[in-house]
Amino acid sequence: MTTVTKRRKISYWQRSSNVRTALLYLLPSIILFTVFVFYPMFRTIYLSFFLTDQAGEAAIFVGLENYTYLLESDAFLNSIKATFLFVLYTVPTGIIIALILALLANEKLRGIGFFRTIYASTMGVSVAASSVVWLFLFHPSVGMFNKFLNIFNLPQIEWLLDPTWALFSVSLSTIWLNTGFSFLIILGGLQNIDEYLYESARIDGASYWYRLKRITIPMLSPTLFFIITISLINAFQTFGQIDILTKGGPSQSTNLIVYSIYREAFINYQFGTASAQAVFLFICILIVTILQFKLGEKKVHYQ
Amino acid sequence: MRVWKKLILYFLLIVTSIIMFFPIIYAFMISFMTGGEILSGKLLPSTFSLDNYVKVFDRLPLFNYLINSFVVSLGVMLGQLVVCSLAAYAFVFISFKGRDFIFFLFISTMMIPWEATMIPNFFTIQKLDWINTYQGMTLPFFALAFGTFLLRQHFKTIPKELHEASQIAGLSKFGFFFRVVLPVSKTSLVTLGAYGFLTTWNMYLWPLLVTTNNSVRTVQIGLKQLQSQEVATEWGVVMAGVIVVIIPTLLLLFLGQKQLQKGLTQGALK
Repeated sequence: MTTVTKRRKISYWQRSSNVRTALLYLLPSIILFTVFVFYPMFRTIYLSFFLTDQAGEAAIFVGLENYTYLLESDAFLNSIKATFLFVLYTVPTGIIIALILALLANEKLRGIGFFRTIYASTMGVSVAASSVVWLFLFHPSVGMFNKFLNIFNLPQIEWLLDPTWALFSVSLSTIWLNTGFSFLIILGGLQNIDEYLYESARIDGASYWYRLKRITIPMLSPTLFFIITISLINAFQTFGQIDILTKGGPSQSTNLIVYSIYREAFINYQFGTASAQAVFLFICILIVTILQFKLGEKKVHYQ
Repeated sequence: MRVWKKLILYFLLIVTSIIMFFPIIYAFMISFMTGGEILSGKLLPSTFSLDNYVKVFDRLPLFNYLINSFVVSLGVMLGQLVVCSLAAYAFVFISFKGRDFIFFLFISTMMIPWEATMIPNFFTIQKLDWINTYQGMTLPFFALAFGTFLLRQHFKTIPKELHEASQIAGLSKFGFFFRVVLPVSKTSLVTLGAYGFLTTWNMYLWPLLVTTNNSVRTVQIGLKQLQSQEVATEWGVVMAGVIVVIIPTLLLLFLGQKQLQKGLTQGALK
């Protein structure tokens, strides 16, 4: 009797040997994800139901009050509006520009490597560096843009100080900054398309636009799908541009959600309402990801 | 290709390149200009004097910031390579119960935006007394789902026969990982390394939160300080700072662009 159980035990121990080795290899990731991703996510949700003290500890349970407070607060609703407008301004334009550049850079020409490097270059530029440069370009008196308008005798624009222009200006600098990465991904997708598809189309005498519509875009759809998702998520996470260019102003017109969380938490020390905003950000990104997966399954053409 | 079509293509390539590269080249030119030249709106400096560069290193402990940025970026890069390659190895070469579940956990981390967790993370670092330390700047970024998937893709292409042969030859699991898997995956490791270095070098919000003095502050925060210290008159100095900060990453990008593009597309799509 005992020998049987013993044998079973041994065999179980042996059978589980793979699990134990695997866990050993996975342990660093699991610990780090637990401490820096899963725990803080639950903690954020937890804190969003409380009023907190200065040290960020939960003090008074308030239920959904943080949320109802936010939904009634003009500042937060304005921040949501600004965030969605920003996404709308930056994502489609950015991807179309990157697609055009990638199509140009995918032509087989002498010296094309040089142009590819130039197009990809903004990927090496940090958000802080780019924002400082654009701050200068937008400068009301010495900035390039107003000097340019001056040549044509057009009225000067207060790019970052005028509430009607500020979000547009921040979007412009963001589109520029993100083009490098999107370009690189889309170019990679273009180069993965099988050459013989084009050859047979060329034999049939298909025009450039016909090939673009019938071969390139459909074959590129997984890549486009991927870059749209990444760009949407990135747009929701925008922070550095705002901190350097506008500080959320003028009259809160560029107070995007992450900047709003940052201010609420680390300047106003309202960790409860800041957490509720963070939960909102989480839900936005979750919806984007789920939608993309659902739509992607139907529309995207995989090779 | 007909000549006129080539000409149009080159024309488009040149015009778009000028537009795309203009902010960088303009910042480069401004970094050599005197205050007067900047005000008059010139495009080219009269002389390429390094005055502004000398000044920017005077105003800020920029050299220290550069060292800090290098330490932090290299630290995150190495940490990610170790942690991600270990995890990717387990997913590819060890079959175990619950693999799908753990894999799902890894995927789910990609849906949690880092900014949504920054408040508790800040307090974790504070409680560990890691404010103004290198470990506080680097450790939270070692585990990376994207990096694990990227390496997993490459590890999957390693033939099973190689695994069997190594077992017959008496190589341990770790021996196989260290002596066979890692060396044949050099290209993916380089891609992930470059990606990790680039993104860490350019990181802004986290260093802003967890540094309160200059001891471990990175160049990106230096730029913010520079921009808020200098009033409009000294744009040349500010731009000199910008050029110093972007040169390392631009060089890295120019050298590794092909590699990065290939690696990122593979990791993203397969």
